[in-house]
Amino acid sequence: MEISRDEVLHVAKLARLALTDEEVERFRGQLSAILEAVGKVSELDLEGVPPTAHPLDLVNVLAEDEPAPCLPRDEALVNAPDPEDGYFGVPPV
Amino acid sequence: MIDTLRLTAEELEGLLTRGEVSSQEVFEAYRAAIDERDGELHCFLRLHDGEGEGIPIALKDVIGTNGVETTAGSQILAGYVPVYDSTVAARCKARGLRLLGKTNTDEFAMGSSTENSAFGPSRNPWDPSRVPGGSGGGSAAAVAAGMTPWALGSDTGGSIKQPSALCGNVGLRPTYGTVSRYGIVAFASSLDQVGPVAKTVRDNAFLYSVIAGRDPADSTTVDLPPTEIPEAEDLKGLRIGVPVEMRDAPGIEPGVADAVARAVALCEELGAEVEECSLPRSVEYGLPCYYLIAPAEASSNLARYDGVRYGYRAAGDDLTEVYERTRDEGFGDEPKRRIMLGTYALSAGYYEAFYGKAQQVRTMIIREHAEVFERCDLIVSATSPTVAFEIGARADDPLAMYASDLLTIPSCMAGLPGLSIPCGLSEGLPVGLQLIGPQLSENTLFRAGHALERALEFDFVPERLQ
Repeated sequence: MEISRDEVLHVAKLARLALTDEEVERFRGQLSAILEAVGKVSELDLEGVPPTAHPLDLVNVLAEDEPAPCLPRDEALVNAPDPEDGYFGVPPV
Repeated sequence: MIDTLRLTAEELEGLLTRGEVSSQEVFEAYRAAIDERDGELHCFLRLHDGEGEGIPIALKDVIGTNGVETTAGSQILAGYVPVYDSTVAARCKARGLRLLGKTNTDEFAMGSSTENSAFGPSRNPWDPSRVPGGSGGGSAAAVAAGMTPWALGSDTGGSIKQPSALCGNVGLRPTYGTVSRYGIVAFASSLDQVGPVAKTVRDNAFLYSVIAGRDPADSTTVDLPPTEIPEAEDLKGLRIGVPVEMRDAPGIEPGVADAVARAVALCEELGAEVEECSLPRSVEYGLPCYYLIAPAEASSNLARYDGVRYGYRAAGDDLTEVYERTRDEGFGDEPKRRIMLGTYALSAGYYEAFYGKAQQVRTMIIREHAEVFERCDLIVSATSPTVAFEIGARADDPLAMYASDLLTIPSCMAGLPGLSIPCGLSEGLPVGLQLIGPQLSENTLFRAGHALERALEFDFVPERLQ
C-alpha cells in the first residue's frame, strides 16, 4: 500500500509534527511498508464480530464522590518550561 | 563477600534476616557491581540512593518516581522529575525495597532492543555485541549482570517477556488489570502492564505479590487471588497445550526450537499431559492487529507531550509552531512512526478499515485463546523466535524489529498473563520458554515455571562473567 507525500504531510499536521523533508520521504516509505503489512486484517470476514476496546469485563467503574486534596499549584508548575504568575506560559495562539 | 551475580533475592533476604550482612553492605555490593559493569552494558539511565532497609531494586524508566528524573528513554522528557510516586514505586518503597536507579528502555517502551532509547542502547551481558531485547532491556540486562537482584519492567506487546528471554531471566507479564498503572508513562493503555523481572520464579512471584492488587487510583485494576510462592516440583494434573502455529512459525531458529522441544518433553516427564493445540488466526493476525491498536492508542497518549506543562519545549513564534517543533525535536524516529501510523489508522476514511477491523480481530484472538483454555491449563512456546541479535541488525528495518514479538503479542491482545523462563542455550545465548494461562492464572504459571526451572537447572550467570 503506497501512501503519498501529501498524505504523510496531512497526517503529520494532524499529529502536530513538523517533519523535515528528509523525514517526510523516509516515513513515506516505511509507513507504506507497515500499512501494507498491517492491512492484512482487512482480508478477514468479520461480519457480526463485536469490537474489543480492552480485555477486561469491567464496565463503569465508579469512585466514591468525596473531595480529596489535589496537586498544589506550585508543585504542578515545577516541571513547566515557562511558568508565569502561577500559570503555564505559552506564546500567542 | 556478597556474590551479586549468583544470589537470589530470597537468599539475600535470608542473609539479612539472620544478620549475616547489613542492608547497607548489600546495597553497596550492587553499587560496586554497577560501577564495574555498567560502563560496558549501559543498563542504568541514572543511579539513585534510595531509602529502605530491604533488598535493592531497579525500576524501568517509564515508572514514575517522586523526586527522581523519569524520562521513558525520551529527550522530550529529559529533566522531568515527577512530584509523586507511581503506585508500584510506592508499594516497593513500603516493603523497604531500596531504589538503585532507573533502567534504560526503548523510547516510550517502543521497541524490542533498547536501540530506540534516546540515551543509547544497553548491551547483553551474555555477549555485549548483542542487544538485551526490549523495550525493558535495561532491567533484564541489569538482573542478568548481577547489578540488581530484581527489577520492574512494563510490557505492552512483549517488553518484559522478550528481554527476559534474551538475557536468561524470569519475566512475568501479569494479567491485564492486576497491577496499577498509576504514575506509569502510558504507551497503549488497553495493553500496558507492569511486571517483575528476576533470577528465579520464586523471586518473581514474591515481587509480583508486592506490586499486584487493586488500586483506587487506577480504575482498570481488579481484585485477585493471593499469590502463592511456588514449591511443587512436578507438573502432575496439569494439561499443557503446544500451539502448533507457534511451534512451527516461520523464523524460529533451529537452536530455539530444539531447546523448547526439550522443555516440552520435560513437561511430560514431570507428569503433565501434553497435547497439540491450535491458535491459527491469533498467530497470523496478532502482529498486524497489535501494530494498528498499539500505535492508535499511542498517538492519543503521546498527544500530551506538547511542550506546555512539562518536558522539552522548542522555541516558536506561536503556539502551533511550539507544538510542532517541540514534538519533532523531542521525539525520536520510533515514536514518530507510531504516532503517524496511529493517527493514520484513526483518521477519517480509514478508521473502519484499520482500527475498527483490528478491534474485531482482537475479539477473535480472545475467543480463540478461550477455546484452547477449555482443554488446557496453560500453553507453551518459545518466547522469542531468535536468541539475542547483533546490535544494529534490525535497526533500519521496522518490520523486522516488529517481528521479534510475533509469539508474545497474541496473548497480550487477550489480556492474558505470560511467564518467560530460561530453558537452555543456543549458540551460547539464552532461550526463553513462554508459559501462557487464562486471566488470573499467575499461580499456575508460577507453579509450572518453578517445577520446570528446578528440573532444567539453567545457570543464570552469563558464562563470560563467571
